[in-house]
Formats: sequence, C-alpha cells, structure tokens
Amino acid sequence: MSAAPYETVETDVLVLGAGGAGLRGAIAAAEAGARVLVICKSLLGKAHTVMAEGGVAAAMHNVAYQDSWEVHFADTMKGGKLINDWRMAEIHARESPERVLELERWGAVFDRTWQGRIHQRPFGAHTYPRLAHIGDRTGLELIRTLQDRAVHTKGVDVHMEVTVFKLLKTEGRIAGVIAYRRADGSVILYRCGALVLASGGAGKMYRVTSNSWESTGDGTALAYDAGAQLRDMEMVQFHPTGMVWPAGVRGILVTEGVRGEGGVLRNKDGERFMERYDPDRMELSSRDVVARAINSEVLAGRGTPHAGAFLDITHKKPEYIKRKLPSMYEQFLKLAHVDITKQPMEVAPTIHYAMGGVRVEAETGASTVPGLFAAGEVASGLHGANRLGGNSLSDLLVFGKRAGEAAAAAAKADPAAITARLDVSEVDTAIADLVAPLDRAAGENPFRLQTEIQDVMSEHAPIVRDRAGLEAGLASILDLGARARRCGTGGSSTRAFNPGWHTAQDLHSMLVNAEALLRSALARQESRGAHARTDYPKTEESLASVNYVAEKTPDGMRVTAEERPAMPDYLAEALRHSYARYTPEATE
Amino acid sequence: MEIANLDLKIWRGDAKGGDLVSYRVPVREGMVVLDAVLWVQANMAPDLAVRWNCKAAKCGSCSAEIDGFPRLMCKTAVSEYPGQVTVRPMKAFPLVRDLVTDVSWNYEVNQQIPPFTPSDKDAASSEPWRMQQQDVERVMEFRKCIECFLCQDVCHVLREHSQTQFFGPRFMVRIAALEMHPKDVLDRRPLLKGKAGVGYCNVTKCCTEVCPEHIKITDNAIIPLKERMDDVYFDPVRSVVRLLGRRSRKPAAR
Repeated sequence: MSAAPYETVETDVLVLGAGGAGLRGAIAAAEAGARVLVICKSLLGKAHTVMAEGGVAAAMHNVAYQDSWEVHFADTMKGGKLINDWRMAEIHARESPERVLELERWGAVFDRTWQGRIHQRPFGAHTYPRLAHIGDRTGLELIRTLQDRAVHTKGVDVHMEVTVFKLLKTEGRIAGVIAYRRADGSVILYRCGALVLASGGAGKMYRVTSNSWESTGDGTALAYDAGAQLRDMEMVQFHPTGMVWPAGVRGILVTEGVRGEGGVLRNKDGERFMERYDPDRMELSSRDVVARAINSEVLAGRGTPHAGAFLDITHKKPEYIKRKLPSMYEQFLKLAHVDITKQPMEVAPTIHYAMGGVRVEAETGASTVPGLFAAGEVASGLHGANRLGGNSLSDLLVFGKRAGEAAAAAAKADPAAITARLDVSEVDTAIADLVAPLDRAAGENPFRLQTEIQDVMSEHAPIVRDRAGLEAGLASILDLGARARRCGTGGSSTRAFNPGWHTAQDLHSMLVNAEALLRSALARQESRGAHARTDYPKTEESLASVNYVAEKTPDGMRVTAEERPAMPDYLAEALRHSYARYTPEATE
Repeated sequence: MEIANLDLKIWRGDAKGGDLVSYRVPVREGMVVLDAVLWVQANMAPDLAVRWNCKAAKCGSCSAEIDGFPRLMCKTAVSEYPGQVTVRPMKAFPLVRDLVTDVSWNYEVNQQIPPFTPSDKDAASSEPWRMQQQDVERVMEFRKCIECFLCQDVCHVLREHSQTQFFGPRFMVRIAALEMHPKDVLDRRPLLKGKAGVGYCNVTKCCTEVCPEHIKITDNAIIPLKERMDDVYFDPVRSVVRLLGRRSRKPAAR
C-alpha cells in the first residue's frame, strides 16, 4: 500500500453541499469575513432544492392578516407531533419572514398579491395561507437566487462534482476532509477551520422516491463515522402524492400545491375518502395522515389501476392550472400523456424527506463534534416526527445562515485547526479503501447492491411498520454491509467519471442511514407522525418528550432514548392558543 | 405482454477518441431515454459515464444529443424512437467521458454578468417591496431556465465561431431577466455590445426550438436586448446628439 498522491486545499469554512442550506451558509460565512469553499457532488444549481415546488413557509401575513410567528410555531410543533426541538421551531417561525424578504432583495421574483406584496398559498396543516411561491418552481427560484448571490460574494469559491468520503479530526476537533473529483478520480485533502454539512437527505435508500441519485445520506454517515450523534432517524417522510404511472417515472413528486390550489383526492369508487380520515382538514391534512390514508385505501382494495389514488384539479379553469402549476401540467403531459386540466392524476406515496439527521444545537447548528456544523435536511430537530410542506425551504434559509455564521466564528476562534498535524496513516488507509473496488474485478456489482438495499428498506421499513419486519430488515442490512465491503466496479478500473465506482462509495452512506433508521424505529415503541407501527398503534403521551439518538460505539451502533427539557411558558402558551389540530395516531 | 427490445447506441469514449456501442435494452411502459441509459449502466456497463439528477426535467443535468437533436434524456420517451435510438454527448463542450461534457465555461460566463442591483433607495428601504404581478411575469419566463445548456449546445455562433465573442443564448436569457427586473437599475447595454456580443446572434431561433422550458429565447430575450443596445449605439439621431454632446450617460457596467 503506497501513499497515493493528493493535493491539499486550505480554507476557513468548508461547506459540504450546494443546495439552499449550503449556499445560504456560504454567503453568511463569507459575509462574516471567512474564506469559504463550497463542494458539491453535482454541478452548481442542480442540488435537490430545485425539486422543491410548493413554496417557502413564512408568517408574513400578506394574505391572512391573523398569521403570526406563534401560529407558525404551533403548526410546526403539532405537525411534528411535539417531538420537535421547540427552540428550533421558535427560531424558524420568527426568522423565516426576514429570510424570504432578503431573497427578494437579492433578486428573487415571487408571485404577487393584488396589492403587490408577496403572495402566499395555503398548504397542508398550515393554519393560514403562508407559502410564498413562484408558480410551482419555488425551489429553482431559491437556488438560482442564492447561486448568483454566492458566486458574486467575495470570498466564496465552489468546487463542483467533488465527493467527500471521510472527515478528519485532530484532538477531537474537525480539521479537514478527504474527497475525490468525479471527473478524473483525483484525491484532494481539504483543510478547514470549520465544516458545515448541508448535504441533504437519504431518500435513495428506498425504491420509490422523489429524491435524485445524490440523496444517499452522505452527511449523516460522515458525521456518524466522525463520532457525531444522529437524532430521530426513524422519522422519514412519505410524501402522499408521487407519480405512479408509467413505471419509469414512479416516485416523481406531484407538488402539494395541487391540493393547496384546490385539488381533491378520490379512490376508484369516486369517493372523496379524506372525509373519513380527517374531516376538518381533508386534503390539506398533514403529510403523514394523507400518505397513510392513501395507503389504507389501496390496501382495502379501493386503489386506482396502478395502486394509488386519483388527484383531481379539473374543476379549476385550464388557464388557472397552467399558470399556477405549470411544471405539473408539463410533467404529466410529457411523461404520462395525461392532461391534468382534463383528467385526474394518479398518485401514491413516495419517500421524500428525512426529518431525522445530525443532532444540532438550535442556535448554531453545531453538532456534538467540535468544528462540525449541520443545516437543512441533514440536520434534525425542527420537523420532529413529520415535516409540514414549505417548512423545508424556510429551514434551509434560517438555519443555513445561522450555521454559516457559527462556522465562521468557530474557524476564527481556532485558526490553528487548519494547520494542526493530521494522522497520515489515517489518510492513506482511507484512500486505499476508496480505490480498492477498482481492483476487485470479480467483486459484486454496486448497482445491484444498491437495488438490494432499496428492496430491503421498501419491504421492511414501509409506511406502516412492525417489529418482525424491522428486525428482518436490520439483519439484511447488516449482511449487505459485509457484502458492500467486497464490491467491485465490474472490471473497469478507470477513475475518470466512473459511476460504478462512485456508487460503490455511496453504499456505505446508505447502509449507515438504513441501519440507524431500523434501529431507531425498533426503539420507538409507539406510533407517532411518520413512524407508524401495527404492533404499537397508539401514541404514547410519555414519549412526547423523548428523542432517540444513534451513536457509533466500539461495539457498533447504539440507540438511546433521551428526554428533552420542557418548553418555556410563552411557547407552551402559543401551543395552547392555536387552532391547529394535534392528531395522535390512535386514540382509544 | 410482449417485451420489446430497444437497440440503444451510446457514444463511448473520451477526448482521445471513441465510437458508438450498441446495447439491447428491454423496454418498459413509459420508459424515457435516461431510464434506458441507466439500465445499461446498472446491468451491462457500470462505468458508463452520464450526468443526471432529478429525472423530472427540473434540474437540466441530463442533456445529450438524441438522434442528433439536443434534448433532455429524462423527458424523451423511448416510444418516440421505435426499435432504435442513438445518444451522443453535447458537441459544443469539451468531452470528459462517454455522455459527460465539461460545461464549466458556462459558469465562468455567468460570473462576468453583474448581478441584480436595486436602486440605493430601494436597497435602503426597510419596507417590503411592492411589485405588480404583470410586471414580474415578464422576467418569470426567463427565470424558468434550468441551465441544461441545450441552447448553448445548438447555437451555431458558439459551435462555429468562438466562445470568446458571444455569451450564448442562456446568458442572453440571464441578462434579460436582470435587465427587465422591475427593481434592477444597472445598465448592462455596454456589456451586451461588448463582451456578451449580442450582435453575433443572427436570429435563427435554434435555441428556442430546443428549450425544454419553452422559453421564447430569441423573441422575448435576444431581440429586445438587441433593440435596447441599438437604441443607444446605433440610433442615427442619438449618434449625432452624442457626437455633438460627448456627454452622454456614463455606463455603469463594461
């Protein structure tokens, strides 16, 4: 084993990921005076944030004058079934209006009210119309605005198509990362004073998902391997409405904006079935409730021909649909040959979002490892057991900024971290592991292993879970872990843009996320939000103050229950006074 | 159901050379070209290089030339090409490997366009801005751009002249979005005449034809920008005034 050559790059703040949280963090850190380097797995501007459609939630009360941060806070907590980090939910509700208006000042163009203010649309489980939007392509607008702002901010540099495979520490503190360039496979050692993880979710561990190939849970796995704690990993969101047909497009998102604009759900008998599950909020109930309702209809034999539900917006005028939901119109016309102004869409739940992730401090996004910060989907806490639509884009902006600022301060406070001595043998071992699959001509196909992981998770950790299934799933995932360590790249040893090799690296991340999900789901013996169990169908009041935390130990992964401190009186008061409904899973 | 097969020819190779390689792919209902390419990658050629992300025509990563026509692979149904289809990388950019090209030039161009700049008064105001829907709708068309760079790929000015004199259709759209933004006050006409080279476009509308977002690039972005530039630099009356006056407005951006 020889020490492979690599180049070294130094920066104050390193940001992993160029979606909304990463770019907002980079801008904030640079404005605080730090040198910032953003590294991303894809090209700049292609991050998963572009897929966000419906809008960004912020209590600006442009449409409903009664709205306030207290109501937004209460909606978020009740939607998250009370296990949210209440301080994060408070910060988020208070600061998101400012972050949205700031975007506008950077050139973003939102839909307007007749008075010329930013328009806000209704969305699931938000008490008032609250989502600032641009048709159904809000994420694209957000990322393009941040992208242009970032590349014109002094001190920000971007390295595209670079994958990080290990975090490096000296004396317990983050000191850098090792990464490879996708284009040619060359290795780079990044030295940094502080690291912001903004790498998104792990939806790719399921077969039917709205996520792209990138969402393999790299950030959570890297943080876990570096000793950071993960929280609420059992909480993954099934978005109620993904496309189901044709097979090739299965899982692609159908925005909640369709329901926000008045779309109704029907089963094959034409019944508007949400009346039976949530008569008050109907289609605009929280996502966990709607997803389980569709699932139950299909299981009861009332599903559509392709095992889903009908989503119908044809009662609205064609011009209105095309103006408010242009990309949905285009998507169905092109991919499914369905004209949504004339025919209903066929939809079914699809894996969409990870509420769980790296455990962070509410104010700063600091993880439990010094020098390591996290923001956006990779972090946990804000959304609790279920995320409300629109709260993700505001999450990125609010906590991206905070994490960027805190990382800049941490880098400034400890300038020696960049030059601290690294363990050279650790670097050499990591690089040897990285290139090993290229030499294993007879090793298993990484794409095949990826499919197997997806099959295991889809079968054993579905929308409704039970102990036997979760245990069987865990055994399979541990077995796949052993096989993944022996996988090859199918005989091709090129390091130049070799997707087989890249996928071999992603497997480890997916497996860590899968194991944490299964172990945490086994530990949480109740049903709450996105986590539903047939063997524990009731919501346990005593578990409302408990989060499950996963951590690496010498004996493998350990999951422990942790009590959360009670919220202060003024927040408890805001919760009591809200109209939003809190729906425990089964109340006998 | 009878399983049909597709003869999928993919260009494989790198800057040193390469050739079309034929793969037999079982066709599923509703399959798009990207599905077929990814099937080959998963089952026959794990090292087949291809760029993709969202698979829903929202990110603009999977641009390629499908039977010679620049398109998004995720939005092109296999059924449009019964039996056989050929996929090649975009021609206007340097090749990395197989279907992946080096598009970094586009990011360098973007960096040369002065960003959104509101007036001092707007910037200083603590009140939320007011804009009317009909005023913002015009720029919304341009802001739909997903940066797939298909318009750059098909642009014959970029293909046959050089990438140093013209920024290309994508960045005409970008400049138009800034210039027509109700709150932007910067004058980018000197840039348009100079480095951005809007005069090089001879309005063949090939870019409009390939745009997956159906942005009317030529009609709504390039022609109005040409008119704006002409208005300052080539209007005969203004030229005379300028000649006499020599004290016209100072351009803000070069």
